[in-house]
Amino acid sequence: MTASLPFVLAQADSGFFRNRSGESNCVEDNGFCPSWIVHHLDRYVSPFWQHLFLVVVSVGIGFAIAFALALAAHRQRRLVTPITQITGILYTIPSLAFFFLLLPITGRGNTTAIIALTAYTLLILFRNIVDGLDGVPEEARDAGRGMGLTQHQLLWRVELPLALPTIITGLRIAATTTVGLAALATFAGAGGLGDQMASQKEFISNVAVGGALCVLMAVVLDAILLIAQRLLTPWSRVRAA
Amino acid sequence: MILAFLGQLGDAVQFIFTKSEGPGGAQVGGSQLLPLLREHLVITAAAVGIATALALPIGAWLGHTKRGSFLVVSITSAGRAIPSLGVVFLFFAALGAGFFNITLALVLLAIPPILLNAYAGVLAVDAEAVDAARGMGLTGRQIFSKVELPLALPLIFGGIKTSTVNVIATATLGPLAGVVTLGDPIINPSSYGDAGQLGAAIVVAALAIAAEVGLSAVQRALTPAGLKLSEQGASRRRLLSIPKRRIAPTP
Repeated sequence: MTASLPFVLAQADSGFFRNRSGESNCVEDNGFCPSWIVHHLDRYVSPFWQHLFLVVVSVGIGFAIAFALALAAHRQRRLVTPITQITGILYTIPSLAFFFLLLPITGRGNTTAIIALTAYTLLILFRNIVDGLDGVPEEARDAGRGMGLTQHQLLWRVELPLALPTIITGLRIAATTTVGLAALATFAGAGGLGDQMASQKEFISNVAVGGALCVLMAVVLDAILLIAQRLLTPWSRVRAA
Repeated sequence: MILAFLGQLGDAVQFIFTKSEGPGGAQVGGSQLLPLLREHLVITAAAVGIATALALPIGAWLGHTKRGSFLVVSITSAGRAIPSLGVVFLFFAALGAGFFNITLALVLLAIPPILLNAYAGVLAVDAEAVDAARGMGLTGRQIFSKVELPLALPLIFGGIKTSTVNVIATATLGPLAGVVTLGDPIINPSSYGDAGQLGAAIVVAALAIAAEVGLSAVQRALTPAGLKLSEQGASRRRLLSIPKRRIAPTP
């Protein structure tokens, strides 16, 4: 219901703008029209938040699953290959096809979109968490053990903090890619900026604003994660200086 | 619910293998899918081919000169963030429907992974190997073509593989801009029915996985024998967990 609302509004509005198009040559010529964009920016607000919701929930769930899988694989090395292969298949299935494979089971809506987008993030996140943990210097582990840390303490106090930069790199890649893919969620009936773009796909200004907002969202999420990494790993800055 | 799903799955499989009359009245499915598959493969090959011809030489040369990392990283990040749907729509809105216009959009989407991998592949070539080649009297151009490119080949091909899988996925959007690819039953279910939609989704997914698996095999075959040997050695070292630096005497 909420997902279809922006679409209905957009349709109603498109009739409205056609009535007025005689006044504006730019819109009539299907150009890039800054004044049209400024006047119609409000119609992108709700799809923007819906888009962000899809991205944050998908990457969040994906991270939780990938994290659990990576910890299991960290203890049982032989799990790495099968998990990489299975998540690799999920990563390879095109999101658009995935939506329609899920439709008979989960129906149109957020659930379908979130499952497909989550499945896509698993490989990126799993691989980066495992790589990060593998990259921890053996000396650091030895030192931790020498201080009397248990296996559990070693993981949370030594290995994970040292792996954090690699893990966050994975999150950055997953987040930016998911922003782009979430535009396809319109085919799953989950709204988002893709919905807004598809509602007037032949109108350049509309498509350009929708695409630009996706890029903006990706850049901002990327920057937030980068800042989080800087704040969480103060020692890496000391070393660089 | 599971039974209903199995029924739909059966219908979809039937759509893939046998021709029947669709809801629109025309014959759909089975052998009628072949022209769609052909269009899908042709547009994928065209887009990846053009993107490789453009991005591979530039990326490899930038890696050789060790310059332009900012450029390569920016293009790659931008390529990740720009939604494929937006690019296809934008080319459609600006240039209209047509095979060439959509190929152009797909080329744009295929360039970043090829560029990045060609750059990173050449950059990651062992500096000792390059030094050895220089010591043997090879010129800069010879080092590039006889040492760096062969050693970077697996990574370079990895980029082409990533792009191919991405383009197969995005070519599904072709019907939105008048190119009748395998995405047609997905995007226009009114003339193919629900079974056609699900069936085409299965075919597209299978095509992407087949491309990934097949090109991975080619990638392994392209890996120089010497590189495979050193990889085995590295993994054996890791298994025995004897890091190199431990063996060195402490200063």
